[in-house]
Amino acid sequence: MLAYLIRRLFAAAVMLVVIILVVFSIFFLVPKWAGVDIALSFVGKQADPAAVEGVREKLGLAEPIYSQVWEFFKGIFAGRTYSGGGDVTHCAAPCFGYSFKSEQAVWPVLTDRFPVTLGLALGAAVLWLVFGVAAGVLSALKRGSLWDRGAMVVALSGVSLPIYFTGLLASAIFVFGLKWFDGRYVPLSDSFSGWFGSMILPWVTLAFLYAAMYARITRATMMEILGEDYIRTARAKGLKEQVVIGKHAMRSTMTPILTMLGMDLGALIGGAILTETTFSLPGLGQAVLNAIKNQDLPIILGVTLITSLAVLIANLVVDVLYAVIDPRVRLA
Amino acid sequence: MTELSKTGAAVGEPSTASPAPSAFLEVRDLKVHFPTDDGLVKSVDGLSFQLEKGKTLGIVGESGSGKSVTSLGIMGLHTAGQYGKRKAQISGEIWLDGTELLSADPDHVRKLRGREMAMIFQDPLSALHPYYTIGAQIVEAYRIHHKVDKKTARRRAIEMLDRVGIPQPDKRVDSYPHEFSGGMRQRAMIAMSLVNNPELLIADEPTTALDVTVQAQILDLIRDLQKEFGSAVIIITHDLGVVAELADDILVMYGGRCVERGPADKVFYEPRHPYTWGLLGSMPRLDREQQDRLIPVKGSPPSLINVPSGCAFNPRCPYADVPKDNVTRTVRPELTEVGSQHWAACHMSQEQRERIWTEEIAPKL
Repeated sequence: MLAYLIRRLFAAAVMLVVIILVVFSIFFLVPKWAGVDIALSFVGKQADPAAVEGVREKLGLAEPIYSQVWEFFKGIFAGRTYSGGGDVTHCAAPCFGYSFKSEQAVWPVLTDRFPVTLGLALGAAVLWLVFGVAAGVLSALKRGSLWDRGAMVVALSGVSLPIYFTGLLASAIFVFGLKWFDGRYVPLSDSFSGWFGSMILPWVTLAFLYAAMYARITRATMMEILGEDYIRTARAKGLKEQVVIGKHAMRSTMTPILTMLGMDLGALIGGAILTETTFSLPGLGQAVLNAIKNQDLPIILGVTLITSLAVLIANLVVDVLYAVIDPRVRLA
Repeated sequence: MTELSKTGAAVGEPSTASPAPSAFLEVRDLKVHFPTDDGLVKSVDGLSFQLEKGKTLGIVGESGSGKSVTSLGIMGLHTAGQYGKRKAQISGEIWLDGTELLSADPDHVRKLRGREMAMIFQDPLSALHPYYTIGAQIVEAYRIHHKVDKKTARRRAIEMLDRVGIPQPDKRVDSYPHEFSGGMRQRAMIAMSLVNNPELLIADEPTTALDVTVQAQILDLIRDLQKEFGSAVIIITHDLGVVAELADDILVMYGGRCVERGPADKVFYEPRHPYTWGLLGSMPRLDREQQDRLIPVKGSPPSLINVPSGCAFNPRCPYADVPKDNVTRTVRPELTEVGSQHWAACHMSQEQRERIWTEEIAPKL
């Protein structure tokens, strides 16, 4: 088990380095080859050539590629110093550079917005796991029943209705109609109950979409597992049906659910763009949306790296949980 | 020799009254039907037999003859954990030690499972839960029926693993099924089935998934354990060699019904049903030199939805055209006594069958 953990951690570290390199190449080198001048987009369209030159020097855009990569890489772990155009700026580690637009350092922007997105993703995940899995199990046990059909119709609509529809509908009803919520985001640091209240609608809306998918996967998996020989063995031992389902069948059903959860959580933490935009949550998703509109490369790059890191960590956690659940995985 | 003759007259006939039988296990007119889109599948359609403690009954037949369905029916596993609308339709009577199981409270039957009657399955790899250690699974089986702490149950599990011949049982108890070889897994499965000293053990093709070299060991183990525990054993197989080694009585199934039943040596040496002849002819034997070719039973098993009227074996029977007296072809032949405690269901007269067996079949085997 320990060896498995070390192998996984090592693989994750290597992955992280590769991701940083690839992401940097995509954002800084590809435009260069495509003939797009990054310095120009930093300064603005009607810039005087001297300012552009200064920026180019400061960002090290004229340097050879390998030294640019190295500087960027070093910046993340050790910080870097920008000098050129007359002034010197030190950017402490982890340095992702400065926003082209606001000229703020990228890292504080990320740390500012990350908790919002994390709270959204985790809260929704708890909801969709509880309701999605429960509905899926019930449907599998009562297959063909009115409950099963009803739940699967709801699930189908959940999967096919986009967030910006269900979200706006929910807002229209609960914020503007019933006035249960005021539709403003309250940071967790201000007040827990305020934050919790402001997150309920986004959580429920987001969880609805995912719970629907999880219910369908759970139902299908559970039905398949119930046909397994070892479930028959469990019954042949004289186990109560609740134990057969709750212990023997559930443990096997968790495996594919965990796999999905790892990927979904990772992706969501990287930015639930639609949900955040629909509910005006100041999270990573909104940040990256604005950054894309403004061609603000350092922000996009920072969010991309955070996303990758989140997916990486989520998958690492899933891998470990996998090994806890399924002993055969420990050998792999 | 066997206690079969006690209520022998009831064999094959639907019983109306239902006094508790004297036999340890008695199955009366068991029918297990499954509704499907294509129609009603009559997997078992009127099966009766008896079994005493300390005896072994071999149920033989090809795939789809209803062997496994019968055993799952006795265990009550058709009704336990059935989800959805299509439920198996089960009728008849199954008496185990004075209790009728089909009409009993399902929770009562559940408590009998594992304690009074246990089962060994065909493929131990898929029949053991891959995520739990062998020990945990045996401990669980023991603790369902015994109020003991985990330590005691674990000691019992190790003891059972030792008994079924698993080396270093105190270490192997913490292994997972995938860390065992096929033979070891089946031993562990047997240990799990016997952990509660069940009085009825059903082995459903216990050696089919195993290496030939391991098969004999497992069969020996089952025989030894039966002697030790004095339980009744039903061994289900398509392999006549397996029952030849173990069974006191043999029941040959075809199309969901019993076509021949009797003491093992009678069924082997004086079989009175053409299907049994076919099974014997298709069994490879090393002790007969002149036999250079196996004789297969031609054709395929009957549809269990549209079972042929009359004798179900008729379409495949090489003697279907033998002239028969006083027989309506569309009437299903019932089991008739052809010898002491020996029954067969065939339209041919006993003399015809005796002649065919001694003159045509036996010399070729």
